[in-house]
Amino acid sequence: MRFTLIVEIAKALMIARIKQTMVAAVGVTFSITMFIALLGFMNGLNDLLDGLILNRTPHIRFYNDIKPNEDQPINLSREFKDYHNIIRSIKPSVSRVSIYNNEAIIRTLQEDARVLGVAPKIAVQVFFNVGNVDIPGVLNGVEVEEENRLFAFSDYVVAGDFMDLRYTSNSIILGKGAADRMMAEIGDYVQVTTAQGNRLLLKVVGYYQSGLGELDNLQSYVSLNTAQKMLGEASSYITDIQVKLHDFNLSPKLAEEYRSTFGIDADDIQTVNAQFETGSDIRSLISYAVGITLLVVSGFGIYNILNMMIYEKMDTIAILKAIGFSGADVRNIFISIALSIGFFGGLLGLVFGFLACLGIERIPFETEALPTIKTFPVNFNPKYYMIGGIFSLVTTYFAGFFPSLKASRIDPVEIIRGK
Amino acid sequence: MAGNKVIEARKINKFFYSPAKTQVLKKVTFSVSKGEFVSVMGKSGCGKSTLLYVLSTMDTDYEGELYLDDHLVTGRSSDYLSRLRNEKIGFVFQFHYLIHEFSVLENVMIPGLKLNKKPREELEHIAVEKLKIFDMYDHALKKANQLSGGQKQRVSIARALMNDPLIIMSDEPTGNLDKKNSDLVFGIFRELVQEFDQTMLMVTHDLELASKTDRTIEMEDGMIISHR
Repeated sequence: MRFTLIVEIAKALMIARIKQTMVAAVGVTFSITMFIALLGFMNGLNDLLDGLILNRTPHIRFYNDIKPNEDQPINLSREFKDYHNIIRSIKPSVSRVSIYNNEAIIRTLQEDARVLGVAPKIAVQVFFNVGNVDIPGVLNGVEVEEENRLFAFSDYVVAGDFMDLRYTSNSIILGKGAADRMMAEIGDYVQVTTAQGNRLLLKVVGYYQSGLGELDNLQSYVSLNTAQKMLGEASSYITDIQVKLHDFNLSPKLAEEYRSTFGIDADDIQTVNAQFETGSDIRSLISYAVGITLLVVSGFGIYNILNMMIYEKMDTIAILKAIGFSGADVRNIFISIALSIGFFGGLLGLVFGFLACLGIERIPFETEALPTIKTFPVNFNPKYYMIGGIFSLVTTYFAGFFPSLKASRIDPVEIIRGK
Repeated sequence: MAGNKVIEARKINKFFYSPAKTQVLKKVTFSVSKGEFVSVMGKSGCGKSTLLYVLSTMDTDYEGELYLDDHLVTGRSSDYLSRLRNEKIGFVFQFHYLIHEFSVLENVMIPGLKLNKKPREELEHIAVEKLKIFDMYDHALKKANQLSGGQKQRVSIARALMNDPLIIMSDEPTGNLDKKNSDLVFGIFRELVQEFDQTMLMVTHDLELASKTDRTIEMEDGMIISHR
């Protein structure tokens, strides 16, 4: 009852100054709308740009690096054991690039609860023989279904059906750049030569376009079997094991763990692609800063309007105090005015912000580099709506706090005597 | 007429500090008993309004002791005093001070709503009864700023009565009214004292008006110079 009385008085005061109240609320609405639209759009773009790299990058990659042997012959010699040996011009040793005992490793990884999936891969250095020109390239031998499940392979196959890679023997999905250069159409055959000198005719079943030009010029995809056949290796031959985790923040820890367990090299995504996260963080930071600035500006609007209202309603405040309203009651009246401006203005702002996001999402955005994107990307994460709502209440509370403190301190005697 | 002391002031001193320290109330001691109609009279500037604000508990910057209903109120917290004003004191000012955004009925009800001891329906009923006393029931649903000066003053008296206060304090209640309305308002005061045994304390500079009350306290230069 007492609370409803305060709200009732607050409502009456707002209705008495409906125009100013509306202006204040529109200020909040506008800033929240911009805040939501900005964050949704910014983060949509962030997700897109991150996805460009991060979606297709394994969280952990296991491989055998090409490096010199750590146990150089002289270190093994008993004669020079206690000497300080300096060896110059060391060359990397012929170590096997294939991962030893990879089936067991894959099985172990698959049993780990933190792991989302495991996809083996073979990287083959080749030349495409086009007439009398040799174009260098890298063929990725992949397990088509796993590759699609974990790395959204099909999203980037812009022509042809990606499953043909599996069902058609000796087939290839060419990088868009490479295909353009070779003028190879779907259904054509291209001749490739591996670094070991093996030649093979591969049928083009699709184009692959990642959006990163350098990658599209170089990389093409074949099935795991085809790659093994090209290299003349058995079906256990694998050069890379790609792992995707449920939570990619765990990747440095897991990489470290398995590096020592399996005794092979392991790269984690955070070390390799640290700059992407920095970029997204800074973009989010900028959009938060702009949004908060807008809100603070609208907060000053509310502050002004409340100050004016208190000035005009001195008499009312004096009489309320005379008939028994305490300072706290008066303060609550003006704070509830501020909060209801914040609440309704903010609520409308969230709705308009959502509509603005829907609008942005419909604006066409077509670019060569991003084959899967047809319109601007927008992130509809409820988190931003929560933050926007809370911010609108917090800023209006503070905007209302000082004027209402002033109102609560009005001395009724001074006002009544002053007449 | 003599009964319990509703309000009692003991040796009230009050100073104004700006521009220079001046004593506006000098050892003011008096009391008002239940059912009495007391007027405080004096020339402009004699401190009678200042005294009323001290008695009203709105001004707490004084020396001396103030008792309301035999309880000491000097030095109590402002929240306590707010509740006390709400429950036990009714005010009528020279300027009516109605809340323009509310209807007449709501204006009368506000002290009751604030006190929060009875349900809204009952308060509405009480407010209607109070308005009927002053023939203002017909205007109950008008906004406060649609009334004439005399009507507003009657509404503010009805508001002062809302919580059945111990005492009604009024500061020049007729000061802003013409003769006819002034007589009307004073008539209401008389009636309240006689029929409802309401205690009244009125500040005025009008000798004629003061002479019609039960007792007149005359003030000059911050001191009480006579009780009549």
